[in-house]
Amino acid sequence: MTKLRFTLLIGALIAVLLASMTCAVMVGSVGITPSIIWEVLFSKIGLSIENTASKAQSIIIWEIRLPRIILAAIVGAALAISGAAIQALVRNPIADPYILGVSSGASVGATLVILLGAFSFLGTYALSFAAFLGAIFAVVIVFLLARVNGRTSVIRLLLAGIAISMVFSAITNFMLMTSKQQGGIQAVIHWMLGSLAGAKWSTIGIPFFIFLLVFILLLLNYRQLNALLLGEELATTLGMNLDGFRIFIILVVSLLTGVVVASSGSIGFVGLIIPHFVRMIVGSNYKLVLPISALMGAIFLVWADMVARIAIAPEEMPIGIVTAICGGPFFIWMLRRRRYSFGDGE
Amino acid sequence: MLLQVKNISFSVPEKKILHDISFSLDQGKLIGIIGPNGSGKSTMLKIIYRYLKQTSGVVTLYEKDMDQMTQKNIAQEMAVVSQETPVLFDFTVKDLVMMGRTPYKQWLANDSKEDFSIVEESMQLANVLYLKDRTLGKLSGGEKKRVMLARALAQQAKILILDEPTNHLDIEHQLQLMDLVKELPITIIAALHDLNLASSYCDELLLIKEGALHMKGTPEQVLTEETIEQVFHVQAGVSKNPFTQKLHLFFTQKT
Repeated sequence: MTKLRFTLLIGALIAVLLASMTCAVMVGSVGITPSIIWEVLFSKIGLSIENTASKAQSIIIWEIRLPRIILAAIVGAALAISGAAIQALVRNPIADPYILGVSSGASVGATLVILLGAFSFLGTYALSFAAFLGAIFAVVIVFLLARVNGRTSVIRLLLAGIAISMVFSAITNFMLMTSKQQGGIQAVIHWMLGSLAGAKWSTIGIPFFIFLLVFILLLLNYRQLNALLLGEELATTLGMNLDGFRIFIILVVSLLTGVVVASSGSIGFVGLIIPHFVRMIVGSNYKLVLPISALMGAIFLVWADMVARIAIAPEEMPIGIVTAICGGPFFIWMLRRRRYSFGDGE
Repeated sequence: MLLQVKNISFSVPEKKILHDISFSLDQGKLIGIIGPNGSGKSTMLKIIYRYLKQTSGVVTLYEKDMDQMTQKNIAQEMAVVSQETPVLFDFTVKDLVMMGRTPYKQWLANDSKEDFSIVEESMQLANVLYLKDRTLGKLSGGEKKRVMLARALAQQAKILILDEPTNHLDIEHQLQLMDLVKELPITIIAALHDLNLASSYCDELLLIKEGALHMKGTPEQVLTEETIEQVFHVQAGVSKNPFTQKLHLFFTQKT
């Protein structure tokens, strides 16, 4: 891919993302036109003088829909780059950001809060806090299990991740089974399937800055990520400190997925399919894979959230169902294409 | 002294793979490491290029203990074409060769004009320039090997380590690759299976048997009928290759 084509692709994707977000603001129980959206937007940042939007419209746009859509974009981008980084780390195309136990750990935390009222002194932040804590706790255990003789073994990392996920899921299921609160059980299931409904301006700041930080850190290390894909031995002979870099990737990815899961539940599939889709288009070079994954992930999740809001309106569908139902067939189509090798070199 | 291996031993639980190997290498030669399967050739190389860490002993580069050097510094001095060719994930040939510049890159550094010209030269030298926009997964075995060699050349190291570089190559590509390597003005250390290739290209041979250095010397000194029978357990006859005038060996099962 030439520099010009890459720049054009990035430009086009940014345009599609902005159009998708505008579209997403329009969709909902109260109809809104694109011009009103941009008017409200400009007046909020103090650029516009005339404002034909009603107060209600302005509140719906600014206080309800916009934060949610921005969160969707952040979460989508974050999961996509986390997936791409994890796939390089374990050098395995079936890996996703949750492979290290993040989502199952977060579920235990969330269930504790919803069903048993843990951390109630934290008020509305209890859920996010507990989910984040659970996610990091699970990753730490997985990481410690994967350390042998001061080295991190990739295959142990994968297997420990699966084992810890099972144990934590069992704990969540046990709490669900023994609970008598119908509403609470519903809420837990809803949370586990993911939802962006709780987004507010005050809650999207942390995910945004953590995403930005991790994105920049990963992009600065694109050479190392590329080298990792070549295999441990080659990466070593290219001058990499393999173990240090692995720890670094685990750290930043866990931080990002932990924050994301805490803010929106464990939305599946994005982190798995977006990096594959991107590699199919631009190849394996992470200098291109990372920014394009971020944009594609953002676009995908903005649309998924839109579908989640309107599919069974006025009810809301958990976004995890939408990503799986839309993503699954697409993934299968990709799998059947002969041109894409999934890295097995056939 | 370029490279010095002093009393290297290497063991894994319940097995000693290398015992007490010592030798030193001078600049500019092509050195072959030969020995039967499982004798420890690859392990020896892996210790030299620091993928494995010896159980005891020291490896020095320019009289400096390699344990004290950073992986990055080592990568600037030493490039490796190992047995594994990466098939996982697809890179274009030029992106892959560019990875040879990794050890010279700081965090924020872009690929410079100089990097591009080094990459171009390396591809030219390894005869893969015409493949530069193809992806690795779609190349033949010989092409892949040459791409990996181009990547190693782009590292501009003074030592090039090759682990059985002619594996899976047909005879034309074997000779092509060895000719190419022989012409390079740097020190080459190559583990070789084919004793005739070793004798016709190497300046010096290290013969490893059961994890110990059995002999070191020129092909004529090392590849004698007695030594081959002792180490490889086959009967050998020594003759001359009429084209190259180099030592040539014939083998038959020991009776």
